[in-house]
Amino acid sequence: MSSANWYKYSSPATFYSLAGRMIPWFYAAAAVLSVIGLYIGFVLAPTDFQQGESYRIIFIHVPASWMSMFIYVVMAVWAAFGLAFNTRLSFMMMSALAPTGAMLTFVALWTGALWGKPTWGAWWVWDARLTSELILFFLYIGFMALQAAIDDPRRADRAGALIALVGVINVPIIYFSVRWWNTLHQGASVSVNKAPSMATIMLTGMLVMAFAVWMYAIAAALSRARSIILERERNSQWVAQLLESKE
Amino acid sequence: MKSRHKKLLLIAVVVLALGAVAALVLNAFQSNLVFFFSPTQVANGEAPMERAFRIGGLVEDGSLRREPDGVTAHFRITDTAKTIPVTYKGLLPDLFKEGKGVVAEGRMNTGGVFVAEQVLAKHDENYMPPEAASALEQAQKAQQTLVAPK
Repeated sequence: MSSANWYKYSSPATFYSLAGRMIPWFYAAAAVLSVIGLYIGFVLAPTDFQQGESYRIIFIHVPASWMSMFIYVVMAVWAAFGLAFNTRLSFMMMSALAPTGAMLTFVALWTGALWGKPTWGAWWVWDARLTSELILFFLYIGFMALQAAIDDPRRADRAGALIALVGVINVPIIYFSVRWWNTLHQGASVSVNKAPSMATIMLTGMLVMAFAVWMYAIAAALSRARSIILERERNSQWVAQLLESKE
Repeated sequence: MKSRHKKLLLIAVVVLALGAVAALVLNAFQSNLVFFFSPTQVANGEAPMERAFRIGGLVEDGSLRREPDGVTAHFRITDTAKTIPVTYKGLLPDLFKEGKGVVAEGRMNTGGVFVAEQVLAKHDENYMPPEAASALEQAQKAQQTLVAPK
C-alpha cells in the first residue's frame, strides 16, 4: 500500500463522497444493534440479585460512558495528526466528534444520576469517578466554545487541538479512578485483566449496546464532518460543481 | 527524520510530560481525593476528627438495630479489622443491608460513636440473576463446612 493512496482519502473532496456512501450503513448498523441490545437488556436479561430492575440502566450507562472517553481519545489522536502532518481533514474529524462526545458524556452523567438515586441513595456525590467524568464534559464544552469563539478556522483548529491533547490526560484518570482512590462508584465489571463479573446474557446486552453506540458515533461524526467540509470548502471548485449537479 | 515526524515526536513528548505533571499533582492531592476513610484509618487517627468526613466499609452482620421511633438506626461499619459504631436518623437506602457496602458521612462524637448525617449504599460490580447468587452462596457454604472439621 503506497502512501499516495492515503493522501487521496485525506482530500476533503474524496472524503466527502466516501463518507456520504458510508453513513447510511453505520446508521443502519446502529439501529439494528440498538434494537437487539435493548431487547437483550430489557427483555431477555434476568433481574439482578441485589439491585433488582434498577441495574438495567447499565445497558445505556456503560456504553455511553465508554464512548464518551473513547471519543475524546480519538479526538486527541486526530489533533496530534493534524498538528504533525498539517492535514485539514484531521482537524475536521476532531471538531466533528466533539458534539457527539459531549452528548454521550451528558448521557453518562444523567443515567448515572438516575441509577445512583435508587441504589446509592444520592443523585450525585463528589467522588473521583463522577468528578473526573464531569471534567470531561467541561472539556468537551470548552473545546466547542473555544472553536466557536475563534473566527479563523486554522487558528480555531490549533487552539482546539491543544485542548484535545492536554485534556486527554483526564481519560486514564476517569478510567482508573475507581482503582486508585476510594470511590462510591463501583469498580469495572469488564476489564482486560480479569473475567467479567456479570452474567453472560447481561454482558452480551451491554456489549451489543456498546457496538450500537459506537456505530452511531461514527455515523454522526461523519455526517458532521461532511457539513464542516462543505462550510470550509464553500469557495472551492468541487463544491460549486456539486451544487450545480444537485440543481 | 522528516519534519512532520519530528513534530509528532514533539507532541508525544509534550503529552507525556503533561501526563507526568498530572500524575504528580494527583499524587500530592491523594488524601483529598479519597471519598471515604476505612474504619482502620479512622482508628489510626488518619481521618479529620474535628470536621465532617465519610467512613466506608461493610455493615457488620447482626449489628443493625432500629429504635422504636422508626427513623433512628444503629449499626457498625467494619473493614473486618476495625469496627466503628454509627448512629443515623433518617431513611436508609434500599440497598442498605447487613454484610453489604456502605458509606456514611458525619462526625465522630466524644463517645467514639460516628453520628451520620447521610448514609449511602455502596454496591459492587457483580451482576447476576438471584438464582445464580443463591447457588454461589450455597457453594460457598458447602465449601466452608468441608473446611471447618479440620
